[in-house]
Amino acid sequence: MRQRALVARPGVWLVWAVMIFFLVNLAGVVAAVVVNSFSTRWFGSWWPAGLTGHHYADAWKEFALFDVLKVTLQVSLAVVVISALIGVPAAYALARRDFPGKRLVTLAFLLPIMVPPIAYGIPLATVLYKFHLGGTMWGVILANLVPSVPFVVLTMTPFIEQIDSKIEAAARMCGANTRAIFTTVLLPLLVPGVLAASILVLVRTVGMFELTFLTAGPSSQTLVVTLYYSMSAAGIRAPQAVDAMAVIYTLSMLVLLVIALRFVNPTQLVTRVGEQRERAE
Amino acid sequence: MTSALAEATPERLALRHRLAERGIDRVLLLLLPGVAFVVALFLYPFLYGLGLSFQPKQGGGPFANYQRFFAEPYLRDTIWITLRLGLPAALINVLASVPIAYRMRGPVRGKRLITTILVVPITLGTVLTAEGIIQYFGPAGWFNKVLRALHLTDGAVPLIQNYWGVLFSLIISGFPFAFLLTTSYLSGIDPSLEKAASVLGAGWWQRFRHITFPLLSPGLAMTFCLTFVLAFSVFPSAILVGDPSRTTHVISIAAVHASNEQYDYSMGSTIAMIMAVVMLIVIAIVLTWRGRMYRGATGGKG
Amino acid sequence: MTENRFDHLRLDQVSRRFGGRAALEALDLSIAGGEFVALLGPSGCGKSTALNCLAGLLPLSGGSIWLDDRRIDTLPPEKRGFGMVFQNYALFPHLSVRRNVGFGLRMRRVSREETRRRVDEALRMVQLQQYADRLPGQLSGGQQQRVAIARAIVLEPPLVLMDEPLSNLDAALRLEMRTEIRRLHQSLGLTTVYVTHDQEEALSLADRLVILREGVVQQVGTPEELYRGPVNAYVAGFMGYRNLLPVQTDGGQGAVRVTAPGLAVTGTAREAVAGGPAVAAIRPEDFVVTDTGDNLISVDVEVVEYHGREQAVQGRLKGGQVIRLRSVDRLAPGDAVTVAVPADKLLVFAADADALAAAEAAAGGRSASPAAAPAGAAT
Repeated sequence: MRQRALVARPGVWLVWAVMIFFLVNLAGVVAAVVVNSFSTRWFGSWWPAGLTGHHYADAWKEFALFDVLKVTLQVSLAVVVISALIGVPAAYALARRDFPGKRLVTLAFLLPIMVPPIAYGIPLATVLYKFHLGGTMWGVILANLVPSVPFVVLTMTPFIEQIDSKIEAAARMCGANTRAIFTTVLLPLLVPGVLAASILVLVRTVGMFELTFLTAGPSSQTLVVTLYYSMSAAGIRAPQAVDAMAVIYTLSMLVLLVIALRFVNPTQLVTRVGEQRERAE
Repeated sequence: MTSALAEATPERLALRHRLAERGIDRVLLLLLPGVAFVVALFLYPFLYGLGLSFQPKQGGGPFANYQRFFAEPYLRDTIWITLRLGLPAALINVLASVPIAYRMRGPVRGKRLITTILVVPITLGTVLTAEGIIQYFGPAGWFNKVLRALHLTDGAVPLIQNYWGVLFSLIISGFPFAFLLTTSYLSGIDPSLEKAASVLGAGWWQRFRHITFPLLSPGLAMTFCLTFVLAFSVFPSAILVGDPSRTTHVISIAAVHASNEQYDYSMGSTIAMIMAVVMLIVIAIVLTWRGRMYRGATGGKG
Repeated sequence: MTENRFDHLRLDQVSRRFGGRAALEALDLSIAGGEFVALLGPSGCGKSTALNCLAGLLPLSGGSIWLDDRRIDTLPPEKRGFGMVFQNYALFPHLSVRRNVGFGLRMRRVSREETRRRVDEALRMVQLQQYADRLPGQLSGGQQQRVAIARAIVLEPPLVLMDEPLSNLDAALRLEMRTEIRRLHQSLGLTTVYVTHDQEEALSLADRLVILREGVVQQVGTPEELYRGPVNAYVAGFMGYRNLLPVQTDGGQGAVRVTAPGLAVTGTAREAVAGGPAVAAIRPEDFVVTDTGDNLISVDVEVVEYHGREQAVQGRLKGGQVIRLRSVDRLAPGDAVTVAVPADKLLVFAADADALAAAEAAAGGRSASPAAAPAGAAT
């Protein structure tokens, strides 16, 4: 409250006004889709002629949503597990050691995040097809791992840095060997960070359009890609069914995000690094 | 492992120790899978694509694809079109998130709720956003209906199937991301610095201008880069809510069109490489600015 | 308990480099079983490096470490069986106090009843029985350090290593914990190597002190030996000789005449010094305010701090050099006084530019507070 009083009034009102304008329009965008997905017919009027739920049943049947969801789940889980298995050890090494060429390695992990997915997705898809992986589920998994592994590395490195290395030294002094240190000390301390990174990877993978679009075949499409095809091939199916599917997608993402927010306070992703620096001083 | 260590000969020990002094020991083995992965699935394909771009399908010298790209206005203009979408979108997202994140710093009522609402658009996905924009901002949509009801306009304002629709879509999908990053960078700045400044007589604008903003600018540069990557690779929304063959013919569309529809992987890779280069140039400019900014800030403080 | 006893721990030419820079150079040190040895020096002097080499957390670049006839520097830390207490406690944040203390026993597969008994015993020794089921985060700094000590001693290790264990605590707690550590050492008789930058702590705790400077041992001896007879200006600076003055001397051994602007006195050179520049070292408390006698020095008083029975005074010689002294007589800023220093309390050492520079830097940083650092020591 005190802080609010320190700030000039008009600025505050402007910020709130812009935010509310944005949120109202956002709500309109979402509501338009939700209402349409329940409507029987809606052309040009303020409100549809009637409401129905049958588009959801249609979407489920017509788009073989069960299979699509199964593929989406398989791909996402595989990406989460593999990127954690590869990324966490690498993050550990980066957090704990200073070695010649460390900046180069960090850059190598930063590039896949900094280069647009389409830019490396096209050559990657070409290579995957060359090795007969294009169009398969493994191709989709590998392509989605490209941004996910660096993502895990870059989020876990500050998290591990924040775990005092003296704790490992203390465990060693108590007679713990490498394996015991890992299972009894490191693993329990890493769980929150790994969980947070995994959920973020899950959200990213479910939402990743470009890479999946470039590498997926008909049987290895995830929900986003199926949605895209069904919308761009408009006219064949009722737009309400597409909307129904989009709502299903959003709901499942929402569930993931709510779970994610329970584990990570988004505002603390970077603070951890700051705290760590403070402690080092 | 431990027994081997105990039996190690002095010479072997010495070598190990010399390496360990420089930070090289077994722990670095943990890096191997990650590095191998990046090399195999990012660097190799990227270099492969680079090589491919110099082997044009139609022949005509290694640079034929690049020459064609820059000779044909339809292809060449994609860079400009994409920048015209991506830069404003990233800029709006970053600039809008700063004051909001700044407001959300203190003990504001309903902070968690507002944060959650602002972050929700991440879950919307391209298609729902696109459908929503078409229906809401369309000529018969609620937005135009309200404008007409308020007598602000006579006919329908064209907001979809053009530049604006794509820009809206980029803002909706990019803002939550920029907001989250800005919030986390902002919370990394010690609030007592601002208190110190206000004790020294700085007004809110001076505090923001001379304390918070310089400290925040490296974070903002990073946020801008990451949101720009998202906006620059705009693809599905340019097709779904834009005018993909003319005013929103962005570079990704050109690249995907070449490789997935014309099966000209060489040209597709060429456009992808050009895309990466443009992207890296923008990032380099931003990071240079950031470097200048930060030095200025520390100099000012001292 | 007896199996953990040893007669001698011997460090033989132990050295450690970091990327070409020597952090520790050819350290020779022999520690008897049951002894309490302190490694003393400013940050960066190599004391922590020495401790980490001893623990096995840092591999040696050269030399060897022997426990009686057993070479241990090739063993990984977990096989050496030493206990260690860290500056920032390094408790396992996810384990309760009981599980923290019992961690080492668990690693050694000690039975559950035995573990319980020994953990209870260790917690009783550090007076933390009632906190056994708390998490470290719920304890105060002093309590956390007690847990860390309990964790180190519960194994009754042949050697306990302490890395500045008190420097994260506030002054009052530091004194209390110092007594506690001394008490534990006396009752358990565990051989201890203790690293600190605080000379008072080192003097009050240790049986023997090792003074390090840039990786090189300066002097080894009992607190009494070091306090009475520092071998060089650097050690003197650490032993409470807060006045290190650049002077000229004719050279010699024993009684030596030294001069500087505003200063002409007789001092004592324990080891022969060459003629020319030298360093005179005087403790603040060795000055006496008087007009008569030998070795008189004129001082202009600048800053006075009240310390109860006596005052900490900072003044200047006629030559402009800053001088710190303690006085029972009441002085005020602006006073011009004459003080005397006994010739055997004014030590003369060979010139040492680094020691002087360090003394000057310390004087510059503390000029506003003449008694910021403890001037004397309890011996």
